[in-house]
Amino acid sequence: MKKEDLSAFIVFIFLIILFPVLSGGAYTLTVGIFSGINALVAIGLCILMGYAGQVSLGQAGFYGIGAYVSSVLSLHSGLPIVVSVILAMVAAAVAAMILAVPALRLKGHYLAVATLGFGEIINVILNEWGPGGPSGFGDIPHFGLPGYTIDSTRGYFYLVWGLVASVMFFSINLINSRTGRALRAVHDSEAACNAMGLNVAALKIRVFILSAAYAALAGSLYAHYVTFISPGSFSLFYSILVLTMVIVGGITNLWGAIIGAVVITVLPELLRRFEELDVLVYGLILTSSLMFFRKGLVPILIEKINKLKGFAFVKH
Amino acid sequence: MLSIKEIWKSFGGLTALRNISFDVKQGDIKALIGPNGAGKTTLLNIVSGIYQPDKGEVNFLGERIVHLSPAKIAQKGVSRTFQHVELFGNMTVVENVMVGRYAKTKAGFFSSGFRLPSIMKEEREVQRKSEEILEYVNLVHRKDEIASNLPIGEQRILEIARALATGPQLVLLDEPAAGLNIKETRELGEIIRKIRGELKITIVLVEHDMDLVMKISDSITVLNFGEVIAEGTPLEVQKNPEVIVAYLGEEEELQTGYNADT
Repeated sequence: MKKEDLSAFIVFIFLIILFPVLSGGAYTLTVGIFSGINALVAIGLCILMGYAGQVSLGQAGFYGIGAYVSSVLSLHSGLPIVVSVILAMVAAAVAAMILAVPALRLKGHYLAVATLGFGEIINVILNEWGPGGPSGFGDIPHFGLPGYTIDSTRGYFYLVWGLVASVMFFSINLINSRTGRALRAVHDSEAACNAMGLNVAALKIRVFILSAAYAALAGSLYAHYVTFISPGSFSLFYSILVLTMVIVGGITNLWGAIIGAVVITVLPELLRRFEELDVLVYGLILTSSLMFFRKGLVPILIEKINKLKGFAFVKH
Repeated sequence: MLSIKEIWKSFGGLTALRNISFDVKQGDIKALIGPNGAGKTTLLNIVSGIYQPDKGEVNFLGERIVHLSPAKIAQKGVSRTFQHVELFGNMTVVENVMVGRYAKTKAGFFSSGFRLPSIMKEEREVQRKSEEILEYVNLVHRKDEIASNLPIGEQRILEIARALATGPQLVLLDEPAAGLNIKETRELGEIIRKIRGELKITIVLVEHDMDLVMKISDSITVLNFGEVIAEGTPLEVQKNPEVIVAYLGEEEELQTGYNADT
């Protein structure tokens, strides 16, 4: 890990530990939990889009597969929940491999439309054949390890953000490795990748699988927290919401995915006081943030810090 | 080591290459020259697997490579640079070279993500080797800069460094001197000669800068309208009347220092 990432990571861990202690309210913690769940999906999309340069408007599909597979398995198979969550991730990975077949041939807008279609297909399947159809189903067990159920909000907060931290640790390492460099290289020039002997197709399939697995993990955490799911939570709207998070936070930086997820999750809650005007204010904030911080919040912040550092350097 | 046999290639109605055959000897610097549109880059793209020829064979070290994917051909030991620089523009200089080491290293998704000790050793090794290559081409002082911020001359050298990182036996250089000034071109020539002399890497060079071509190549193949019109040492080619006509029209003589781009 680079020095900046390591220090950011340490601060991040402290924030995770301290947040529930400092703001103990169940409501605040719940918003925190949803932020963390969204952050998992956003980190996957950030690697896929910001680093590997592959567009996806179908992350809700993987998120939905994660939620449904894990819920159904934990309700009916008698498997420990941890195992159902892992199997849900595997199911999403398989779906990602299937999606990758057409996706390998497509780029840019075409890939966006193909992945959008994939997300919608999953949504239709959940509507038609999912338990409970469009109205969904409930009584999904809370997350837990064999013999221990996590049912306190604070416990769940630590679980979700602990997983965000783990996924983040894994992802930062990945990005700064042989594989991560190859993914970024695919983004910049496929012709040169070929000339370097990189198997571009295999790399693309793997990065789709990775983002799908993250989204499925998030989906299953969502299902075992709210204990009731319906297809409406896994529609195109969610895919676009995650895309917004990644772009607002800064698509070229993994930390941006987390910041973006928190901002986009928390913002509507803060805007409740505007009552029926909240959607309007929300749109206004989003539009102006994209106008004034086009690169995203985190990259702009880094630029500002570097400028200050440079300034301090000149002064002494 | 590289043998091109009866290659035909057409794009729609346009025949870009007609019945091209020639050999490249191990350890040679072979230049491919010819007016714009003669088919030089098309030929490089066929050797590196980007295009499939309509007919014909390419053999590298005795092995048929014409049906292989570009990545497979690269793994066999054929690397290249591009006429329009194809660097990984958002990555640093040293990272560009490190990508070149990809096929020679192993770290996968899981071992990288979990930072397994074996991977960290490999990573340090890749870093060391890449800096060594940058040192070799006099670019190490730029290693942490973003590749697209380099001036074009250094970008072209960086492409060569990245190609070297793959551990090639043959490097195809597509107009490496395009956009370079005289000093940069001279340095480029020295680097190419050093690569051949010290690293024993065979080079195929497509280039318009005749000064450079005449100075460094051992053998030259001249293409015109998709056909080989002459082959030989720089001296032989310079005296060949057909080449003079193809290049300059009938009145002038092919001089060293002539640059077809200007």
